[in-house]
Amino acid sequence: MIEAKEITVRFGAAAALRDVSLDLAPGRRLGVVGESGCGKSMLGLALMGMLPDAARLSGSLSVDGKEMAMASDRDWRALRARRVAMIFQEPLAALNPLRRVGETVMEPLRRHLGLDRDAARARALDLFEETGIQDPAAKLRQYPHELSGGQRQRVLIALALACDPGLLIADEPTTALDAHVGLRITDLLVRLARDRGMALMFISHDLAAVARTAEDLVVMYGGEIVERGATAEVLADPQHPYTQGLLAARPPLAAGHLRERLAVIPGTVPGLMHLPEGCRFSGRCAVEMAHCATVRPLERATGPFRSAACHLIGGER
Amino acid sequence: MQIFLIRRSLGFLATLFAISVIVFLVMNVLPGDPAVTILGIDSTEDARAALRAELGLDRPIWLRYGDWVWGAVRGDFGTSYFFRVPVSELIAERLPLTLSLAGLAMLATVLLGVTLGIVAAANHGRTGDWLIMVLSQLGIAVPAFWLSILLVLLFAVKLRWLPPGGFPGWDEPVLALRSLVLPTVALALVQSAVLARVTRSSALEVMRLDFVRTARATGLPPGRIWGRHILPNALVPIVTIVGMQVAAVVTGTIVIENVFYLPGLGRLVFQSIANRDLFTVQALVVMFAGIVVTANFLVDIAYALIDPRLKGRLA
Amino acid sequence: MRRRQVNLWLGAALVGLMTAVALVSLFWTPYDVTQLTISRKFEPPSPTNWLGTDQLGRDVVSLLMAASVNSLTVAFVAVGIGGSIGTALGLAASAWGGWVETLVMRLADLGFAFPALLFAIMLAAAFGPSLGNAILAIAFINIPIFARVARGAANQVWTRDFVLAGQVAGLGRLRLTVDHILPNIAAPIIVQATIEFAVAILAEAALSYLGLGAQPPLPSWGRMLAEAQTLMYLAPELAIYPGLCIIAAVLGFGLLGDGLRDVTDPRLTRARA
Repeated sequence: MIEAKEITVRFGAAAALRDVSLDLAPGRRLGVVGESGCGKSMLGLALMGMLPDAARLSGSLSVDGKEMAMASDRDWRALRARRVAMIFQEPLAALNPLRRVGETVMEPLRRHLGLDRDAARARALDLFEETGIQDPAAKLRQYPHELSGGQRQRVLIALALACDPGLLIADEPTTALDAHVGLRITDLLVRLARDRGMALMFISHDLAAVARTAEDLVVMYGGEIVERGATAEVLADPQHPYTQGLLAARPPLAAGHLRERLAVIPGTVPGLMHLPEGCRFSGRCAVEMAHCATVRPLERATGPFRSAACHLIGGER
Repeated sequence: MQIFLIRRSLGFLATLFAISVIVFLVMNVLPGDPAVTILGIDSTEDARAALRAELGLDRPIWLRYGDWVWGAVRGDFGTSYFFRVPVSELIAERLPLTLSLAGLAMLATVLLGVTLGIVAAANHGRTGDWLIMVLSQLGIAVPAFWLSILLVLLFAVKLRWLPPGGFPGWDEPVLALRSLVLPTVALALVQSAVLARVTRSSALEVMRLDFVRTARATGLPPGRIWGRHILPNALVPIVTIVGMQVAAVVTGTIVIENVFYLPGLGRLVFQSIANRDLFTVQALVVMFAGIVVTANFLVDIAYALIDPRLKGRLA
Repeated sequence: MRRRQVNLWLGAALVGLMTAVALVSLFWTPYDVTQLTISRKFEPPSPTNWLGTDQLGRDVVSLLMAASVNSLTVAFVAVGIGGSIGTALGLAASAWGGWVETLVMRLADLGFAFPALLFAIMLAAAFGPSLGNAILAIAFINIPIFARVARGAANQVWTRDFVLAGQVAGLGRLRLTVDHILPNIAAPIIVQATIEFAVAILAEAALSYLGLGAQPPLPSWGRMLAEAQTLMYLAPELAIYPGLCIIAAVLGFGLLGDGLRDVTDPRLTRARA
């Protein structure tokens, strides 16, 4: 479906993404985790061809076997909605406040699929039903501000699915929602991906949500992928110090516990301009070695279909 | 929505009423004796008394105000002391020209201003944006009447493409339109400079919002994103300014008609001031102020039509 | 950010130049503008008369210089009067709230129904045209503008801790307004005044052009344009210079006002960047 090879996104001298490689096969569900500012949203935008004007992309990015790294916005427009679709964090802001949500969902149906008004409405109705919107016929005629947060996110999912894309990128789709609403949205995304044979890229800082959603996992830090593998394996036995830190910092899941952080990764994510040249995590890493800040660690296998980028892994251990 | 409409309508009527009181007071009470204003200070007491009787000025002030307002409501603004015909007739005769000029100027303002604003916003930070912003900064500082003189110098005196002034009447539609070209341009250029700036900044605000990103993610082409998503959401500040510009253009016609010798209401005001034709000036001032207030009233209504979120909140 | 600074300095330079010229012309102009020399009318630009002479043989440069005094004076007096009254009303509305605020704001709304030109027309019809009436009309339209700005800014200051502390200490509203509110709304008021200066210069020019402002023989850019228009076929260049002076003045105060606002109100700069 999508194959990214060593893509790098630069803003002037600063690299927001550095040598990110990624394979997304049809029907696979991939989780992308990391703190805010780690480049996971930038990765989503890159796969949509929607990087900011100032961004420069290099590397190879192919969609359905077609090389898109240098493609024009016009070429990308032909793929968006039809092959790759995306939903965002803030469902209220992501919907045009002046249009009925039905109109919004019908727009790509009419434009891209050439449906007439009635056919588009019927299709929109199906999509609303598929995404679990209660009383879909009435909701078609409502404005975003009249819907609840969960309903808005479902509308956005329906909009993203309108032209039957091969990949849905969901960028923090549950962050702005109440916890129980968020859970239902993640379950909906899993069901839709399974039913449609659609690839799903689930971007989140919430490890619990990712564990629930994705079969595969990549962990990002400082614009790089630091660890990858099957979700269950990575979470059960993290190899990279950053992943270990993330897991330790996770609030306890069981009810009744105090929601205090057990351990916190020291410091904050440095700005793009201040990332170390070597391992991006050096400076915050608890087990840092002398050469970490200057020498880049390469991804090394840590098991079947697993790898991590850390000098402690492999021969140097 | 209904409650909102009723409340706004009542406010609108109250404003009109207040305007009529202010105009009446300034024109009839502040100067002292209207008969002196009309006849001049060197007039004889007999002549003044006769005029007072003729115009009913010997009656108490509130009765005169009541008569005037009651007449105005029925479309009767009294008789012009100078022309000796009903003021309403004078107005009816000249109104079409003024309205045509104001209408054409507004049309040109909106077309030019919004287009330039969009072009600037779409090229944000590039040369086109910079050029439009510099030109509009200049345009705002240009007095419309001076621009008129320059336009006449160039297109009428030097190139002789268009008439320098005057109006042939609507019997000659082509000539009539030709004589309205320069006045329209003079009014519209300055106003569209203002509108371009407002459109640009409003569009830039909206372009940053998330739903524009959603529209892009849906694979819509730029034209459609602008037409269906950015512009409608950028409309509230634009409509606000357009409402204010209706006021500016309508009073602007007063100036421009005098530059181009166009026989509209603006010319009539000045003739009436010179002729000390008090009732005519009074009627015209109320009319112009009324147009300004009406424009603002319509803008308020337009907000509720543009934005479904306001409908709920305003009701 | 850099562009904002350009606005500020360009505006300050134009305003500074304009003020300097006006001040100099109070004591000295190249020629006496009340001196008519009909034999020297419509002379072309020369080393002695840089922009030539007008229909009455007066030196154009001297006229333009003298007229700048008129423009600046009218703007200063009109914005001063209207701004003071408006600010006082706005402060009162903010300090006392309730029906005072409602009344002031309704009156302000009403004031916006009368553009300066309409008000000047009314005054001219009632009292005859004069520069004083023009100043009054321009002052009048400034009242509602300053009332709104002052009230908006004052309402924010009233919620600040040091004002609340003053209230707790039992200081009266008037005392607090004079001592604490007014100094703290000075910045937006000065910014608004600078912008309204530009508007006033434009309004004075239009009114004088229409014969509702400066009366002969007082030199005024607007009136010079009105006279030049009748001589358009004889001496078209006379219609150019006064307009350029108006633009320079309006642009100067406008840019200075924008620049000052950007410097004093970082919130706006960010919103418009």
